[in-house]
Parts: sequence; C-alpha cells; structure tokens
Amino acid sequence: MTPLALEALQFAYPGQPPVLHGIDAAAAAPAVIGIVGPNGAGKSTLLDLIAGQRSPTAGQCTLGSQPVHRMPRELLCRQIAHVPQLVPADVPLTVEQVVLTGRLPHGSGLFESEADYAAMEQALLRTRLTAFRGRPFAALSGGEKQRVLLAAAVCQAAPILLLDEPSAHLDPENEAAMWELFGELKQTGHLVLVVTHHLALAAQHCDRIWLLNHGRLAADGSPCEALEPARLEQVFRVPFHWHQNPEGRVFLTYGH
Amino acid sequence: MATDPRRPITARLAVAAAAALAVTVLTPFLGGSGMDYGKLWRGESPDWEIFLNLRVPRTLLAFLAGAALSLAGALYQAVLREALATPSSLGVTSAAALGAVAAIALGSGEETGFPLVWIAALAGAGLVIALVAALGRIQRFSSFTLLLTGIALSGISTALILLLHSLAGITRSFQIAHWLMGGIDAVSYPVLAALAAAVALGAVWSFRQARLLNVLMLGEAWAAGRGIDHRRLNWHSFAVGAWLVGTVTAITGPIGFVGLIVPHLLRRLCGPDYRLLLPLSLLAGGAFLVLCDTLSRTVLAPVEIPVGVTTALLGGPFFVWLLWSR
Repeated sequence: MTPLALEALQFAYPGQPPVLHGIDAAAAAPAVIGIVGPNGAGKSTLLDLIAGQRSPTAGQCTLGSQPVHRMPRELLCRQIAHVPQLVPADVPLTVEQVVLTGRLPHGSGLFESEADYAAMEQALLRTRLTAFRGRPFAALSGGEKQRVLLAAAVCQAAPILLLDEPSAHLDPENEAAMWELFGELKQTGHLVLVVTHHLALAAQHCDRIWLLNHGRLAADGSPCEALEPARLEQVFRVPFHWHQNPEGRVFLTYGH
Repeated sequence: MATDPRRPITARLAVAAAAALAVTVLTPFLGGSGMDYGKLWRGESPDWEIFLNLRVPRTLLAFLAGAALSLAGALYQAVLREALATPSSLGVTSAAALGAVAAIALGSGEETGFPLVWIAALAGAGLVIALVAALGRIQRFSSFTLLLTGIALSGISTALILLLHSLAGITRSFQIAHWLMGGIDAVSYPVLAALAAAVALGAVWSFRQARLLNVLMLGEAWAAGRGIDHRRLNWHSFAVGAWLVGTVTAITGPIGFVGLIVPHLLRRLCGPDYRLLLPLSLLAGGAFLVLCDTLSRTVLAPVEIPVGVTTALLGGPFFVWLLWSR
C-alpha cells in the first residue's frame, strides 16, 4: 500500500488567513484514523487537500512520492475515495445508480462493465443496502443516504477512504454498523480517514487520532495519547473524562 | 441483480427515432396550400418543386433546429442541476440574437448572409455564456442566481436589439423585425448540411459526456471525488450549448422554450439518465419543432404564424406550470 504523507501542509482561501498551518503527518494501511477537532478547525479542508480537490498554498500531500493535486484524476480516484459531507438531497437516482457512480474511475465508457456491477453487488452487501437497491435516493432518510454514499465509496474499490462525518445522521444501530464496517475495511487492507465529532466512538474504534485545532495538528497518536483529557479540555473548552468498565473497555465522556 | 440499462435505453431510443422519422417524413406532405399528390408522385411541376425545394428543407431545418435547442437545454439543465436553466433563461438566445441583429443592421448587402450572421450569433452566445460561467466560478453563484443573471443579460441584449432596430434603415428594420419573430423558412441544402454537421458535432460530444453528467447530479464535490474535472466539464458544456444555440439562432432567429419543454417532459417520462435523456432530447426536440412548424403554417393558412410565436404560446404556460409544480 502506497503511504500517504502530509508535509508542512498549508492552505488558505484567496485573501484569507490560512485555514491549515504546517500539518505534518503520515498514514499507511491498514488503519482507521479519526480526524477530530472543533468546528472550523480545518478537518474538511484537510480531507479536500488529501483528496486532491484543493491545491495547498505551501507544503504538499503525497501518495507514494507523487503530490496528489498533480496526479491524473482517474488514477488518484482509483487510490482515494472521498465522501464529502454534503450532496444534494434531491438527486433523482436510485440507490443502485448512486452506488455505481463509484465505478467511474475504473472506466469512463458510456456504460458500466460486468465488473462494475459485481463491485456494486459487493458494496451493497457490505453496507447492508441490498434491500434498498431500487429505492429513489431522494426518498431516503439522511442516515440512509450516508450509507448509500459510503457504499459508493466502497464500490470505488480505492485502498484509501476519506469520509467526512459519515455518521452525522445515523441512529445508534447504523452508527455502530458503520464503525464495524470501518474495522472490516481495515481488515481487508484499507486506510480509512474519518472526520467525526463522536470522540467516544473514535476513541473506541480508531487506531490513531489526528486532533486539529485552529488549523494546526494539536495531537497525532493513539486514542489514549491524542485524546488526553487535559488537551481535549484545552481544545474543546469542556472537561473530558476517561472511564474503564469492569471488562476493561475504556470510554470517553465529556461535560461538567 | 441490477439490470443493465443498455437494453431499455436502446429500445426507447429506437422507438423515439422511429417516431421522429415518421414525423419528419410525413409532415412535408401537410401544408396550408393544397398539393396534388398525383403530380408529386410523378415528379411534375410545380408540386414536385414545392415539395423538394420548400417543404422538405423547411422540415429538415425545423428538425435540426429543434434538436439542437432541446439538446442545449438538456445540457444546461445537467451542468446547473436546475430544471429552469435553458438557452433563453441563461440569456444565450438573446445574446445570439443580438449578435445576429448587429450583423444584419451593420452588415452591407450580401454580407448579411449565413456565415457573417452565424459568426456574430456565435460570438454573442459565446460571450454571454462565458460571462455566466465565469460568474458561477469566481463569485460561486448558485444556479438560481446564475439564472437571474442570465435573465438580466437577456434584458440588456433585448434593449440593444431594440436600439439597433431603431437605428437601422427601413429595409434592414423590416428584415430585423421578421428575423426576430423566429421563423422556419426554406433554406438551401448546403446551409442544411452545414447545420447538420454543426449539430452532429455538438451531439456527439454531448452523448460522450452522458455518464459524467449522471455523476454530476450528486454535486461537484462528489463528481470530483469520482475523477471528474467538473470545472472543465461545465465550461465545455456551456460552450457546446452556445455553439448549438448560436448556430440555430443565426438561421432561424430566436426560438424560445424548446430547450425547456422537451427535456423536462422527457425527464418526467423516462427518468434522469442522461445516456437516454440527451439523445432522446435531440430526437424529440426535432420532432417537436417540426410539429410546431406544421401547426404554424396550417392552423391559420394561408397566413403563417412564426414558429417562435407558437413555441412561446405553448412554452409560456408550461413555464408557469413548471414553477407552480416545483
């Protein structure tokens, strides 16, 4: 698996102060990495830069030795599948059609191939969406739409997945299933970078945490290291506590 | 198992092609003035000449113009993801008309033929769509704001057309007034061949983008994550739309609403898949304008209604209904 490296990565919108300052980090599969931080910390912008959808104003993000924003798009999208935070709510396609959009980097012919359909079947199965296949995307709930987009990213068969708040609209059952799926993807050799506000779930399921604050990487390490309560309190301005249950599992809670 | 869309798309296109062919073949036999079909069958004058040199080229022009306008409408709706985006609402039709009117008003004598008017109409359409696209890119205008911008630009073009019209001499002024009504007149076969080639170029390019336009329905961020250079796709689609509209407008004058009515009805009937919708818009748009032209030249015969008037009378209420049903 080609390693991903962020080297002194900086980004600013034209005429604006930098959103991200000198981010240095590296990641390699298999792993699930949680990207956490307060609103406006630069998490989504960081994903955009890794996805090659924005060019850094300084530094670079490389895949292997190639800067991602200079890689041919199709080639990059065969390596990285990016699921943005928002897509239009009224997309007039069925679940199957949305999932199949993930196959575009594998051949931009007018029609999908047999391999594309096979990949779609697998993706529907893995995301427990087979029963939804014929439904209109627009008629789904927010959480179901998130699962369909995740299925499309899985269908893209890229070794790196960038997911921007994928569990934002999910109920506990589907949220737990989604985090389990991230674990399964890791087992099959994927690198999953997931932006989330659910620190407790990130602590439970991620191998590593990138904690962003004011556009800087405030911590990069295991959940216990990165989500150290004193640091979290400094970043989020509320007290955090680690707990351990009798079975030895650790939990993170916050608030007074 | 998922169904391969190839078969239903091919079947529907075959039906649409057969229907469009039937309309195009049959309508030249209909007209305000009676035709002696026996003479026509025997190739005798004057019916044979009327048929061959007036009715057939007119039908072919209506088909090609309708096809191009409808395809341009479908393209604009795809890239802006807005059902109300049409060559008219984006100001492209008016700008093409302004270019053409400028060529007619300022040109001298025989220079006001097809090539000069065509270049001027293309320049007008291209300038306006470039402005709309640039505003969308630089100012990050929403589709709806771009439509409002297009309507404003259309108003400016119309004002300039009126200015040119008032400054032109009597002959040119009449020429401009007639041209502005949007009409399908018999044109020479070489002009038709040039138009067919221009429409074919735009159509082939558009059809090749159909799968990308399907992905674009999920937004630009999603499309970028699937490897689409959405900025380039948008610019090219705007340019191809302007090419189609400018070319048609140069020959027929401004004809509105075809790019609104046809793609929208087809989307409701056959779904949003652009692999079907784009070629279907081409075929149905062509057939639609042939039927409108037939209506225009028969309903008040021997008086002919300009086809732009007929499409506006049909399209205006359709537009209101569309707004109502949103």
